Amino acid sequence: MNIPYTVEVRPDTGLANGKLGIWLFLASEVMLFGALFSSYIILRTGSIHWPQGELNVWLGMVNTFILIGSSVTMVMAWASLKLNDWGKHRLYLILTFALAGIFLVNKYIEYADHITRGEYPSHSTFVAMYFTLTGLHGLHILGGMVVMAYFIGPGKKMYQTNREQFVNRIEYTGLYWHFVDLVWIFLFPVLYLL
Amino acid sequence: MDNVATLGTAAHEHAHDHAHEELGFWRKYVFSQDHKVIGIQYAFTSLLFLLFGFGLMMVMRYQLAYPGSPIPLIGNWLGSANAPGGIMLPEFYNQLGAMHGTIMVFLGVVPLAVGGFGNFVMPLQIGAPDMAFPKLNMMSYWVYFVGGVVMLVSFFMTGGAAQSGWTSYPPLAVISPGQTMWLIGMIFLITSSLLGSVNFIVTIVQLRARGLTWMRLPFFVWAQFVTSFLLLLAFPPLEAAGVMQLMDRVAGTSFFMPSGLVVSNQVATSLTGVATGAVGSGGGNPLLWQHLFWFLAHPEVYVLILPAMGIVSEVIANNTRKPLWGYRALVYSVGFLGFMSFIVWAHHMFMTGMGTTMSAFFQTTTMIISIPSVVILTALLLSLWGASIRFTTPMLFALAFLPMFGIGGLTGLPLGLAPSDIHLHDTYYVIGHFHYVVAPGTIFALFAGIYYWFPKATGRQMNELLGRIHFWGSFVCINLVFAPMLIQGLGGMNRRLYDGGMQYALNADLLKWNVVIGMAAWTLGLFQLPFIINFIMSIKWGKPVDNNPWEATTLEWSAPSPPGHGNFLTEPVVYRGPYEYSVPGAAQDFTPQFEPERA
Amino acid sequence: MHSEADDIKKHVRTYWMIGGALYVFTVITVAVNQIHLALPFAVTLALIVASMKGYMVASVFMHLNHEKKWIYGSLLLTVAFFIVLMSIPLFTVMDSIGTDIVQEVPAGSAHPGAGAPAH
Repeated sequence: MNIPYTVEVRPDTGLANGKLGIWLFLASEVMLFGALFSSYIILRTGSIHWPQGELNVWLGMVNTFILIGSSVTMVMAWASLKLNDWGKHRLYLILTFALAGIFLVNKYIEYADHITRGEYPSHSTFVAMYFTLTGLHGLHILGGMVVMAYFIGPGKKMYQTNREQFVNRIEYTGLYWHFVDLVWIFLFPVLYLL
Repeated sequence: MDNVATLGTAAHEHAHDHAHEELGFWRKYVFSQDHKVIGIQYAFTSLLFLLFGFGLMMVMRYQLAYPGSPIPLIGNWLGSANAPGGIMLPEFYNQLGAMHGTIMVFLGVVPLAVGGFGNFVMPLQIGAPDMAFPKLNMMSYWVYFVGGVVMLVSFFMTGGAAQSGWTSYPPLAVISPGQTMWLIGMIFLITSSLLGSVNFIVTIVQLRARGLTWMRLPFFVWAQFVTSFLLLLAFPPLEAAGVMQLMDRVAGTSFFMPSGLVVSNQVATSLTGVATGAVGSGGGNPLLWQHLFWFLAHPEVYVLILPAMGIVSEVIANNTRKPLWGYRALVYSVGFLGFMSFIVWAHHMFMTGMGTTMSAFFQTTTMIISIPSVVILTALLLSLWGASIRFTTPMLFALAFLPMFGIGGLTGLPLGLAPSDIHLHDTYYVIGHFHYVVAPGTIFALFAGIYYWFPKATGRQMNELLGRIHFWGSFVCINLVFAPMLIQGLGGMNRRLYDGGMQYALNADLLKWNVVIGMAAWTLGLFQLPFIINFIMSIKWGKPVDNNPWEATTLEWSAPSPPGHGNFLTEPVVYRGPYEYSVPGAAQDFTPQFEPERA
Repeated sequence: MHSEADDIKKHVRTYWMIGGALYVFTVITVAVNQIHLALPFAVTLALIVASMKGYMVASVFMHLNHEKKWIYGSLLLTVAFFIVLMSIPLFTVMDSIGTDIVQEVPAGSAHPGAGAPAH
């Protein structure tokens, strides 16, 4: 039994199932992070003192560069597939994976720094917010890395057996990855700069 | 493929067709990716949870009817930490209360209405071979299952299960035991319903059969569609809030813990916070939780009720042998209802010191949202007009739904207006109100659905006599349970007293109802026995039926009973609207959607 | 198929340019931060820059500049409810019964984040 429209698009909606599925998932993610941002605003406006400049802006900026870079390589990984350039696709996908890894290493350095200074989440509401937001975002990075690792490794077989669907899957992975990047684009000023 | 699904092809023939696809036991019945098996898994699990949640309530009701006396039968099994000598401790009563609510809503009704009926019926009704993402579907069941296990296990942890109500308001929820497991369980359940709702929406948008345009969708599918959007967009804020409350408890943060909170002459902190020396920084906002919680939990009310309305519409159309009255009005109403349900949440919070501007806003939206509900109920009621009704068991339950949901809805109006809500909010009136919506409302509709689609799922019909005993017994008892609560509540009786409100001892008129409610609840329990017996026996010994025993018009009845893997024998094509009953000039009193036009 | 490949090649150039623009915007937002503007200005500016960056990612990398109506529809609904969600802070402070709790920051106290309970 085959589920219709897994690969080909349904004529009246112009979509394949996965495309709509990943966007709906991202819609729910918008609400997840939205609730946390909303809580951030409530807690910050309700506080009498809110620390500024507690975080290392330069580390944060480097991480922003890394994540934006990984977004570019991700979209290139998909575009190279569309151009039937398997070699370039491999290169860009592995590069994306590596950049994601470097991002997490950076994050680890930051976390370790806070812990050694005794700044646990219970230290202040700001630090609590910082750990919760970046922690959840970090989990999303990790999730993305697992998916990429799958397509770098065992998942790549599908390129031979069902090329079209493989391209679609890379596109959906990309959509997710850009969303994770997008969240960071807002997290960076909110936590590091303001 | 231009063929049309035809009736009367035996199911075994179909099974034979697919013999080469045979899977092993585990893949076929346990880790199945077939939407029908998953739907049945959901249904079984959630029915067991409903029974368990009902059991918790029956125990609570004993304590309320006869405060301080040992609980008969099971009293000695509850453990000395919960009920020494069989006499219930207040903490245990709180656990039962919190877990009754949690289990009934998140593990019982929603999984049955959405996971069970949605999964089983919806793809059949839209003529799809399966859900759009079968693996995801399997995952959402198993994530739900783990969430349920976590909730059950929490009873056996030190400190017991959560005891801060199903709403888990902080600071109480942050400082009382049991809550951590509740939060972990909830995160599983939320994840499960997110996976499910993505799957549902994609399936409905993408996998509708040829000819099945939006205005030809059965109303049940519309209800599931709107419900899925509610789950998709309203649940994530609670997930965020759950993560923050978990942080408050485990990492000692203070998202919801205000500074300077003193309980029993001690500065209150989260339990784990004390253990690790991390006492939290204070400065949190308990109201934030309430906002995030009700941002989910009000749409959740509609998640509870919309699938029920969908089921009732199907059953009513089928048993009145008439088209539904005002199909388009029903569809627009359900969409509007879903949209509005996102902007009424703060009517649960009139007691929090909300000012008049804000409460005026939420009172207005609350009154507005009652309009589509009334439109739906009216349309269903008018559908009965002039019909020659078949009083089958599913129809009895569907008919009972109408006045029961009506009472539930009307008793809600005083709660949607701040001046009356402030007096009624913490009384039994609220309990009576929302149980009228959910218990004799939604759960009756779910029973109607079980009796109605049982033949499709098993190929056999449930026993009508046992069904009638089940219906009439339940109908009488459930009203004796909830109507007195409205009386008690109007009398001002507080709803959170574990001794059944002994401080109202001078007002015997109020207290005597506790015994009545208790008796009615236990009798209600007895009247579920015919159902359980009927359900189990009919699987094996029920009257065998063909594809379309109810002579219904929607697509699921063109598939074999039970449908094989892939559902339909030939590609289904839809020629007309969903409720073409008693069409003038037609040979029979139903013209199925899948029957081709005759020249 | 040929024209699609051409299209993609054109897009590739856009992708690199957008990537560069995102870097530039990041530098700008950090640079502005170094001037230490008054908070309301800083917040507005940072959010505008972040929104522009977000817009670029969503419209180009995620192809939202040409998508199908079902995706726009779902996202529109999400945006509507997102706005409701973001107005919760307003709801908590806008209109409450009783007086505001005025709490002085104790002199010399640098305890970060020790907020007063919100209204």
